[in-house]
Amino acid sequence: MALELRDIHKHYGPVRANDGVTLTFQPGELHGLLGENGAGKSTLMKVISGFIEADSGEVAIDGTPIDLRSPADAITAGIGMLHQDPLVFLPFTVLDNFLAGSGGGVRLDRKEGAARLEEAARRYGFTFDPHTLARNLTVGERQQLEIARLLWLGARVLILDEPTTGISASQREKLFEVLRRLAEDGMIVIFVSHKLEEIEQLCDRVTVMRHGRVVGDAVMPVPAHQLVQLMFGDITTTPGRLPAALGDIAVRLAGVTVTERLVTVSELDLEVREAEVLGLAGLEGSGQRTLLQACAGLIPPRRGSLTIGGRAMAGSGYREFRAAGVHYLPAGRLEEGLVRGMSLAEHFELTSDRTSFFVDWGTAAERADEGIRAYSIKGGAASTAESLSGGNQQRLLLAMMPGATRLLLLEHPTRGLDIESAEWVWNRLLERRASGTSIIFASADLDELLRYSDRVAVFFAGRVISVVETPSTTPDELGHLIGGRSGPA
Amino acid sequence: MEVLAGIVAAASPLVYATIGETISEKAGVINLSLDGTILLSAMTAFAAASVSGSVVVGFAAAVAVSMTASAIVAFSSIRLRLNQIAVGFVLFILGRQLANFLGNSYVGVSGPKVPAWDVPLLSDVPWIGEILFTHNVSVYGSYIVVGLAYWFIYRTRPGLELQGVGERPEAAFARGIAVNRLRYLYTLVGGGLVGVAGAAVSLDQIAGWRENLTTNLGWIALAFVIFGGWHPLRVAAACYLYRGLLFVAGQFQETFGDFLQVLTQLPFLLMILMITLINTEWFKRLGDRYPRWRNFLASSAPAGSGSVFVRE
Amino acid sequence: MSRLSRMKAPLISIALALAATVGLLLVVDAPPIEALGQLWDGSLGRLEKIPDTLITWSPLVLASAGLIVTFQAGMWNIGVEGQIIAGAIGAALVVRELTMPAVVVIPIAFVVGTAFGSAWAVVPGWLRTRFGVHEIFSGVALTFLAGSVAVYLIIGPWSRAGIASTSGTDPFPTEYWLPTVGDYSWVAIALALISVAVVFVLMRGTRYGLRLKAVGRNEFSAFLMGVRTKRYMLSSFAICGALAGVAGTVQALGFHHKLVPAVSGGYGFLAILVVLLAGFRALWTPAIALFFAAVLVGSTQLSLRLNIDSDLAGVIQGVLVLAILVVGGWQARHARHTARQGEEA
Repeated sequence: MALELRDIHKHYGPVRANDGVTLTFQPGELHGLLGENGAGKSTLMKVISGFIEADSGEVAIDGTPIDLRSPADAITAGIGMLHQDPLVFLPFTVLDNFLAGSGGGVRLDRKEGAARLEEAARRYGFTFDPHTLARNLTVGERQQLEIARLLWLGARVLILDEPTTGISASQREKLFEVLRRLAEDGMIVIFVSHKLEEIEQLCDRVTVMRHGRVVGDAVMPVPAHQLVQLMFGDITTTPGRLPAALGDIAVRLAGVTVTERLVTVSELDLEVREAEVLGLAGLEGSGQRTLLQACAGLIPPRRGSLTIGGRAMAGSGYREFRAAGVHYLPAGRLEEGLVRGMSLAEHFELTSDRTSFFVDWGTAAERADEGIRAYSIKGGAASTAESLSGGNQQRLLLAMMPGATRLLLLEHPTRGLDIESAEWVWNRLLERRASGTSIIFASADLDELLRYSDRVAVFFAGRVISVVETPSTTPDELGHLIGGRSGPA
Repeated sequence: MEVLAGIVAAASPLVYATIGETISEKAGVINLSLDGTILLSAMTAFAAASVSGSVVVGFAAAVAVSMTASAIVAFSSIRLRLNQIAVGFVLFILGRQLANFLGNSYVGVSGPKVPAWDVPLLSDVPWIGEILFTHNVSVYGSYIVVGLAYWFIYRTRPGLELQGVGERPEAAFARGIAVNRLRYLYTLVGGGLVGVAGAAVSLDQIAGWRENLTTNLGWIALAFVIFGGWHPLRVAAACYLYRGLLFVAGQFQETFGDFLQVLTQLPFLLMILMITLINTEWFKRLGDRYPRWRNFLASSAPAGSGSVFVRE
Repeated sequence: MSRLSRMKAPLISIALALAATVGLLLVVDAPPIEALGQLWDGSLGRLEKIPDTLITWSPLVLASAGLIVTFQAGMWNIGVEGQIIAGAIGAALVVRELTMPAVVVIPIAFVVGTAFGSAWAVVPGWLRTRFGVHEIFSGVALTFLAGSVAVYLIIGPWSRAGIASTSGTDPFPTEYWLPTVGDYSWVAIALALISVAVVFVLMRGTRYGLRLKAVGRNEFSAFLMGVRTKRYMLSSFAICGALAGVAGTVQALGFHHKLVPAVSGGYGFLAILVVLLAGFRALWTPAIALFFAAVLVGSTQLSLRLNIDSDLAGVIQGVLVLAILVVGGWQARHARHTARQGEEA
């Protein structure tokens, strides 16, 4: 019973998330799907599980194409997916979560359900207390619940999307055990991940995706450096960068522990000097954003101290950080930095130093035009923020920066930009650096990290596992570190 | 004894309305038009019953009207992705005005009432019999609705799915549950109950029609749905307690006098107090120490309320 | 969207509203054309009716102007109805207690009425910014509370000598009634026009309005830009409440000339409809409010001459707004669909 994908296409606007993916999954195989963020793995899995509909292409089981228009269809076909954030109902009990969505009569026999839950648990070596609320379970436990449920419903294909983010080591071991046993039982197990070590440890076969396409497919073992190369592509050796003279310590974090939603960064010690560029590497959710937001004053650290320019910022809010010369540029350009429905002139006016009560729209438009020219933004003073392309939105965000900044915090500054725009953005940032501004930026682009940073801090599961000097680090090494290995292949 | 019986009977329209809205909100659709819809249903019930001579026709007409209103809210929200608040509010005004306008010719007219009917055997039970079983079908229906809603939501599979739809639509969707279809369904069911509530006022509780007959009933219902934590039993309890409180206050008319006015605002003040308290740090810490109390007192709104479920 | 297609939605909505109105008139056995004629005749068609229309129009415009401010902040200030009542109570208080010349008392009444309205609005605003309580519920609650307080005053401390009825307090001394020129209540009209102008300038031409707009559309982005979002949200309530208070004062001193239970006349809720219909554009509100006021005033004539209930006015207004919303939503959906198909092509 094989699962075949034939020429799957899915796009979101101009972004081709899946660009003609053809792939086969065999029963009894632990098949790994490897790739960076944005490679298209999650989208592909959502298509297979019926959560989203592909634009074109087919999914076939044992040669017969199946109609996948909704998760219900997928469930009927025996395909079950475990989402990265397990889709459980938080206020429900474990038992109710197990029963929700399962077929059966109108009457809900909880006693019988509890018996079935226990049987399912026993079979796979889990333990559940049927009456605990899902809210009080750890991520790992929620996963186990979902797996038990999917298996009980008769899934023959089990897809796991980044399952080991946020679970403990012992839970991970247990998970792997279960997966191995399922493969032995003849199931198709698809393990989506960006962690090299786990793919190596677990999978029989691996497919690598990049930019929406399949770039490699082989039986394990595959040398790790080959996998890294497939994941990140060839990285040209970067031309020498003019090293800047580093100044005094601009930012110091000592023993900082800070939590943003589900991600906690613990016990962080870090120092950044004036005119230094520090890159933050690591996969989404490893703590980079948390660190950036803490340095911006948006989240107060639970422990530890933070100083900006020698000034202790304990107890200070966002406004004080701003006053201290910190500027934060978030990743979601339209959701978090710009205002939908407002024009460029309005944006410029909002972020200018002017404090007059009345706004002179004539001069405001003129000043906006100046800004547009200076930053080569393709748009008029009256254009709305959402009508700009991603690259131009980024230019607008840069144009809105205050004149003098001590520290620039950037989340994915060149995401979705073409090479030209990306270079242009960095030229601007380096100009700032030349006048003493420190820059901390998070990026998923290894090339960018190596080219522009003086040092790169690699994040993994909330900790900085390594801080490397860029002149002496190869892309290979960096890729390994990001994948979770703390040493060369 | 008579007093308690009176309270139970008087509370029945409120019970219908709150249970109906609870079901709708559990599915994630907030029907802000409630106050106007109840009034319109009440008028429709009376008009239809007067014209046809049959109370049953009256109830049926009321249900048809209220279901139409709910259908508009659901459709605008789910299909057209309009703001539930905007549409609901406009329908509130429209419902109220329409009711007063069309009902004009029925003011002061006497019409059919729901006939009294003691439940055989049960009404002879001492104490409880007199309180609960010596009314009419409309009042008995209100008990059934509470029990039925509770049983359905918490003890059946479709009820579990209903909760799931309102709580986390994408999780429900991933389990193959037809989220939007169920939202329509339960909004209509809830809407139907709202119609019954209106009919219960004009054909039973305050038989007859006059302008603004059901003043504020809808807003009170909305408040109690929140105050009762979207739980049929607690919501119903709130309704009975409220009527009891009104009665007690009425007894002390001389002492309270005009201050009575403020008492009628109690539902809203309680609701505001509830929401405010829940959001304070103090309460959250208290909840961590006594999780059982927290679970009892502070059910949160179905997290998917008001949101539009769109598939990519 | 081309000019023509942009006109489609309002035109279809008007047609629907008209059809609904005619339909309803037929249901109650009233001659439609004559009824519509009477609506016009009773409001703007005859010169002597225009002052009546305008005194209804003025508080409606004031409340609408206030709502433009809260909507700009992204808030649904449904409590505006109660804020009008609060303003009326404040004005009544002044006029009952003071005995100075009118030229002193009337301005003071306005100041107090404005303050009362503003204070009444700050409560839901504060509950929202501090505790996250949705302003709709607190607004509705406070509206009923204001109504209750008014009733309490009318049948209690401020009741007419020997009569404890809900028909209202004693009429205010005539020198404290808003001055008129002929029958035209020029103070009310002037205030209405000024409020629209002020709100328009405030929202479009000041930094305050610009920041408020950012807060209303994307609170987080505004916060990142350094705007004190909570302060702005709260101030928008204060301003709306103030304008509602002015409306209430106008109602008390310029129309009813006493405190009655229904002193706000439903104008708060109606103003919400006006603003929705105006697409949140300040400069459109006077015209739309005029239409609504005409329908309201004209409908009293309708009830006199043709024995048609004056609530028809509310029906027309409601259907019109509903039609606009639904038609607008339908168009948007259609646009989304064709866009998606264009992409896939």
